[in-house]
Amino acid sequence: MTAIVLEKIGKTYDGGAVLETASLSIAKGQFVALVGGSGAGKTTLLKTINALIAPTSGRVLIDGQDVAGQPGPALRRRIGYVFQEVGLFPHLTVAQNIGVTPSLLDWPADRIAARVEMLLDLVDLPPDVAARLPAALSGGQRQRVGVARALAAEPSILLMDEPFGALDPVTRVALAADVRRLHEALGLTTVMVTHDVGEALLMADRVVVMAGGKIIADDTPAALMAGHPDPRVADLIAAPRRQAEKLAALAHG
Amino acid sequence: MDDRLNQALSLLPERLGWHVTLSAAALALGLLIALPLGVLAARSPRLRWISLAGAGLIQTIPSLALLALFYPLLLLLSGLSVKLTGHGFSALGFLPSLLALTLYSMLPILRNTAAGLTGVDPAVVEAARGVGMTDRQRLWRIELPIALPVIMAGVRTAAVWTIGAATLSTPVGQTSLGDYIFSGLQTEDWVAVLVGCAASAVLALVVDQLLGLIETGVGRRKRGLWIGGLAGLALGLVAALAPLAGGALSQGRPSYVIGAKNFSEQYILAELMAGKLEAKGGRVERKINLGSAVAYRALAAGEIDAYVDYSGTLWANVLNRKDNPGRAAVLDQLKTGLKERDGVVLLAPLGFENAYALAMRRDKAQALGIKTLADLAAKGSNLTMGGDLEFFSRPEWKSVESAYGLSFKARRQFQPTFMYRALGSGEADVISAFSSDGRIAADDLVLLGDPKGALPPYDAVILVSPKRTGDKRLIGALSPLAGTIDVKTMQAANYAVDRDAGKLSAAEAARMLTR
Repeated sequence: MTAIVLEKIGKTYDGGAVLETASLSIAKGQFVALVGGSGAGKTTLLKTINALIAPTSGRVLIDGQDVAGQPGPALRRRIGYVFQEVGLFPHLTVAQNIGVTPSLLDWPADRIAARVEMLLDLVDLPPDVAARLPAALSGGQRQRVGVARALAAEPSILLMDEPFGALDPVTRVALAADVRRLHEALGLTTVMVTHDVGEALLMADRVVVMAGGKIIADDTPAALMAGHPDPRVADLIAAPRRQAEKLAALAHG
Repeated sequence: MDDRLNQALSLLPERLGWHVTLSAAALALGLLIALPLGVLAARSPRLRWISLAGAGLIQTIPSLALLALFYPLLLLLSGLSVKLTGHGFSALGFLPSLLALTLYSMLPILRNTAAGLTGVDPAVVEAARGVGMTDRQRLWRIELPIALPVIMAGVRTAAVWTIGAATLSTPVGQTSLGDYIFSGLQTEDWVAVLVGCAASAVLALVVDQLLGLIETGVGRRKRGLWIGGLAGLALGLVAALAPLAGGALSQGRPSYVIGAKNFSEQYILAELMAGKLEAKGGRVERKINLGSAVAYRALAAGEIDAYVDYSGTLWANVLNRKDNPGRAAVLDQLKTGLKERDGVVLLAPLGFENAYALAMRRDKAQALGIKTLADLAAKGSNLTMGGDLEFFSRPEWKSVESAYGLSFKARRQFQPTFMYRALGSGEADVISAFSSDGRIAADDLVLLGDPKGALPPYDAVILVSPKRTGDKRLIGALSPLAGTIDVKTMQAANYAVDRDAGKLSAAEAARMLTR
């Protein structure tokens, strides 16, 4: 069963192509990482999935339905979305931030409250942060709230755009592990944009490499590690591999 | 001093009430227009540029001029509405003041709304879209609440501006705290001026503080603070409206409106007429400090029922006549001319003239050997001429200037009170005086003769609006005043109001005329 189908997606801004006929089919339950340099078109491709960006050509199907025919807000309430700047609403408490999509869907208040409590536990935050304002949280805590907010309305799809980009390395690794755990536990289909190839290889079931608005590689982490004919892909994989080998050498003296 | 203060304070409830009503209505209307406009402007850079430039342009028009401009505009619209629908509306008083102040209040609200909304973090905007909000939900749930402290700061600025500028609504016939300032300036009643300034300043400060409370409450999400601020504003509004509502309930609408231009003699004569009407059981509203041209138009339009004007002024400004056939002929021709033109009835000449005349200090006139305007023409090039604010633009000045070939070293304009001061201190050598002014005798001034008859006669006459020509009570009350006031009596009454010590109120001075 495919959760997300991207059919020959193209996007041009002012005549310049950002995406060129990118096609991708993602099965339910997969964890896909989109990697590539800046300007590769990863974020644009991700945002066509929840219709934050409308493609110039091609189709996006979610659970078999064409996105173009659906009202954007209703679609986005069914798809979790996390991005680097988090974008917590500064005038709302943590609980109100997490409960925002359920409240848009007119859930009853007690159901929202129960869901918020459960999500705080799920993203490993103490219950007493619920009443705080985002300004009173650390960067890692804020991104945990961001993840909780994305998952609040029980979506089956989670989109993440550089979710750990602004975090320190310790927090980053901890949160990455938690997200992967949530992906399993909630049976999510997850698409994550990252420029950190190591992170992509370690977290994802499938790594899609992009360059110049095109998909140039699409395989499992293990297959990519084994080598790739395209030198741009090989270079991209080589860097974290060399780093890992050096670290291993250091560890073994 | 205590007397003058008590007298001033006794008028405070009505003036403050109107001031608050006017400012609150203008601010509410300003919010109603500027807030949605600000929201749209935040979405569209082009609209933002156009609306801010427009509001900024309005702000550069002096507020007094803005208020004055609305009167003829509304008069025109009212005339149009009478033609189209058969119903007109009052172009005087509340409406022009409200519209001008509304325009005036818009800029800070508009600017801060647009700035507050465009200042919202783009990440927050993207998150709002990402969680599935519609544009409307994003505006109401996210953008407006985040921008609210900035918007409130704009509302505060607008409130302070509006309360200050509302004092300028007096000349278009709207009662406000400005009545103290305009009348006080005219009669040199500094107690009244101070009361007007202090009341308006205190009002602005209190409103600013209450709005500040709301701003802080909203910014720090303290419900108690902003509810308290709102409650304070509501309470103040109700308290200010109470005397007006009480007045309206006990009296109903005033049955007569007596007008007056903006100088002491006019205040006194308005009180005289009002007293006569009240003695016959009429209820009277006074609209004082009207501009000279505003007063006649307001009468012709039926917005005031009666006021006193001067034959020469009407001759030149209304009938556009430049000749001078003599005092009696001018009155005769005015009577038929005004009736034909506007349906206005010239009821009765009061018996004295308040003529434009050029005046000099006696010592200076004698030293220079100036007795007439012809003498002045020969010596004028070394002298400074002082005129009241409208004199140099009046046809009388043009006619004197061309008849005698007058030219001066310099021309200066003064508010009438300061014009006499300037003559005393030597800042002006010749001034445009009024023959019934009490200060002519008191300051020992000489009036220069007019051998060529270039200045028309200025008989004080009671004018009655077209719709009151059949009103027996009004005609019965005011007709007996014909020919009862000579120039000496009027000078004495004027001086009683204008002098520095032992001032009388206009109503008290009016009683000097009926003895």
